[in-house]
Amino acid sequence: MMAWLMAGLLFTPLAWAVMSLMAGFRAGWRLAWLGMAVQGLVSVLLWLAIADQGGFYYALGDWPAPLGIELRVDGLAVTFILLTATVATACGLHAGVYLDPDKPWQRYFWPLFWFLWAGLNAVWLGADLFNLYVGLELISLSAVGLVALGGAGDALRASLRYLLAALVGSLFYLLGVALIYGQFGTLSLGGVAQLAEDHTALAGAGIALALMLAGLALKTALFPLHGWLPPAHGIAPSPVSALLSALVLKASFYIAARLWLALGETQGSYGVAQLAGALGAAAVLWGSWMACLQPRLKQVVAYSTVAQVGYLFLLFPLTWQVSDQISQQAQEGMTLQVISHALAKAAMFLAAGNLVLSTGSSKVEDLAGVGRFLPFSLFSFGLAGVSLMSLPPSGGFAAKWLLLQATIGSGQWWWALVLIAGGLLSAAYVFRIYRASFQEASGQDDFHHPPRRLEAIPMALALLSLGLGLAGEPVLAIMGLPFEEDG
Amino acid sequence: MRRWATPSLLAVCFALVCVLGLGLWSIAFDPVGKSLPERVRDAMGSSGVDHPVTAVLLNFRSYDTLLEIGVLVIAAIAGISMARLPSLEDPAFRTHDALLGALQRWFVPLMWLVAGYLVWAGAKQPGGAFQAGAVLAATGVLMRLGGMPMDFLQPGRLLRVGLVLGFAVFLLVAFVTALVGDAFLAYPEGMAKSLILLIEVSLTLSIAMVLLSLFVAAPVTDATGNQEGGHR
Amino acid sequence: MTPHLLYAFTGLLLFVTGLFGMIALDHLLRKLLALNLMGSGTFLVLVGLAQHRNGVDPVVQALVLTGIVVAIAATALGLVLIRRYYHLSGRSSLEPDTNDEAGP
Repeated sequence: MMAWLMAGLLFTPLAWAVMSLMAGFRAGWRLAWLGMAVQGLVSVLLWLAIADQGGFYYALGDWPAPLGIELRVDGLAVTFILLTATVATACGLHAGVYLDPDKPWQRYFWPLFWFLWAGLNAVWLGADLFNLYVGLELISLSAVGLVALGGAGDALRASLRYLLAALVGSLFYLLGVALIYGQFGTLSLGGVAQLAEDHTALAGAGIALALMLAGLALKTALFPLHGWLPPAHGIAPSPVSALLSALVLKASFYIAARLWLALGETQGSYGVAQLAGALGAAAVLWGSWMACLQPRLKQVVAYSTVAQVGYLFLLFPLTWQVSDQISQQAQEGMTLQVISHALAKAAMFLAAGNLVLSTGSSKVEDLAGVGRFLPFSLFSFGLAGVSLMSLPPSGGFAAKWLLLQATIGSGQWWWALVLIAGGLLSAAYVFRIYRASFQEASGQDDFHHPPRRLEAIPMALALLSLGLGLAGEPVLAIMGLPFEEDG
Repeated sequence: MRRWATPSLLAVCFALVCVLGLGLWSIAFDPVGKSLPERVRDAMGSSGVDHPVTAVLLNFRSYDTLLEIGVLVIAAIAGISMARLPSLEDPAFRTHDALLGALQRWFVPLMWLVAGYLVWAGAKQPGGAFQAGAVLAATGVLMRLGGMPMDFLQPGRLLRVGLVLGFAVFLLVAFVTALVGDAFLAYPEGMAKSLILLIEVSLTLSIAMVLLSLFVAAPVTDATGNQEGGHR
Repeated sequence: MTPHLLYAFTGLLLFVTGLFGMIALDHLLRKLLALNLMGSGTFLVLVGLAQHRNGVDPVVQALVLTGIVVAIAATALGLVLIRRYYHLSGRSSLEPDTNDEAGP
């Protein structure tokens, strides 16, 4: 049973990538329905199985680590797998209607989409440092391909910049892996963590950890390394932007968090933890401020991603040498922030795509009057905004509440100021969009109505993000399940 | 770039070299943990091949290799999505050269032979699918530069089948081993050698195809653009 | 100081040289070459350090083979993108975006 679930999880996206490469865009879409159904079913079943039995290690090819590659199937991983299935299905359904099927290059959308999904699943489950590198590259290259698909000059420039940044980040990570292997003689994260506990404060391992974190921060677009993100996320077709902002960024952050939680305590330092937190705080303020200034709608949403990713990096100072309870709170806050931001940002990008489709312009000022024509998409945009502003009862609120408790509990009150200021600034840019949309139009009223389904999908995602605040408890209960080390 | 930027960048790079060098030094003379190659040596008997690198690539860490071929296929997909011609190659780039033509008649069969040998040798000496695929692709590059027509490079079904053939076979083996065996990519007893050879041969063809199509993909037609909302 | 360790230090030097080129050079092809230099440096560190520790190590040799394939895929994708970008815009460097005020 478990073997079948793992198989379905890892190999359906790859198999679907191969099959949809053979099909055209329309056939690929019909195929995608089936694939998304299989992925969704498998993710839910696996989630239930883990909730029932707890986590375990899964050795591929029956070669246990350190010789072979092991997958770590635990509560956090299955939570993210379920999140990926939800968001990717929504983006896939949106893309099937949103993208123009008659453009010859769109047929390559589905293979890249499925490869991206496969890479994400590989990263959530990865417990082998080098395998994580390959998974990251799988994600980066398919994401770059999706941004560049059918692209004109601007899209190509954005995707080239994205490619170069992503590759430099990967190489920093890989250099760190090389040093870790030289130090500990194994690539399995579990094995490394065990050795690191016996030999604390190795200078080389500390430097390797810093290298890996720096590379992953570049890939996660942490301030001031975020320059590549707004052009790439702003110019890609909306379903692709939603995938990139909601999931792709989280993959590199997830690895950074896993590394930090495994090695940070023994090989990290106060300076590294505070630096990561400070850069995250700067990202929150700078990203929100830039979002208030952007002339284009999707750039506003893209800069908002820069800001929201900043919150995640507060995990580093809030889990370094604090009591287990505070660390647990910070981790739960981080998980909820990842989930609620993924849902809300996907909703926001998809809704923004609908608005752009309907007004025929990507500028914020051209939204004038759209408030009377497209209230549904605008409403989804606003609901997603509620989660980003972290108002109760949204998932964003629950996340920041936990982070706030961890800040106070660990006596690092300065991060609390960032949490409050970030909430206010994000309210400013969401209301800016609203103000523009409800302004009376000056003669502009030729709005195009997108199909109903395009409007329903962002609404569903926004409602999920809102409801997460109410259903946070059971989600966190699964995430924190004890892990059977011998399983 | 501003005037002060290069010197300060150089200073940062120098500092980085120093820090990393110190880290490397401390690692080199204070390693902890056990050594992995011993385990490889112990497990070689059940790996199905005689060369340890091939055993690691296609047995112990075959999941890495599967994903790595996936990365190659992604690059190829993104590459052919850039070209919007009935044929991938741009006819204007074709050259005709008598000397090249004569050389090719000697080289091409020889390189095919080398590629075939490299796949076969991979089981017990350095060699294998990637090296063979690279040689095969180099043959294609040579033919392409020599002006030989290459009709199979139309972005049609045949090209796409060629691109994913190796990946698909690898994936299929993974599936079948799960059906009859215990775990994914766990080759059944006695079958490891032939399955690995099957994977190697199809991978060679696909790798050559990927590299070649990326080489010839010419960015000829103008894009109509996919930018949402136009430039209003 | 074994020869393997010398390789590792050389790799480190190459990595940082590549990083310098990556940031300081404008031309996209040069950036891509710098990136490959960084990659080669990383592989040298990976093999050199591991073989200094373990003697001949088939695991890292296999890892480097995988890494090379990934690097080739990324380089090839980069080249295709650069060629098309040059074809469409006539430029060979990433100039600061004028219309979307995107960072540094």
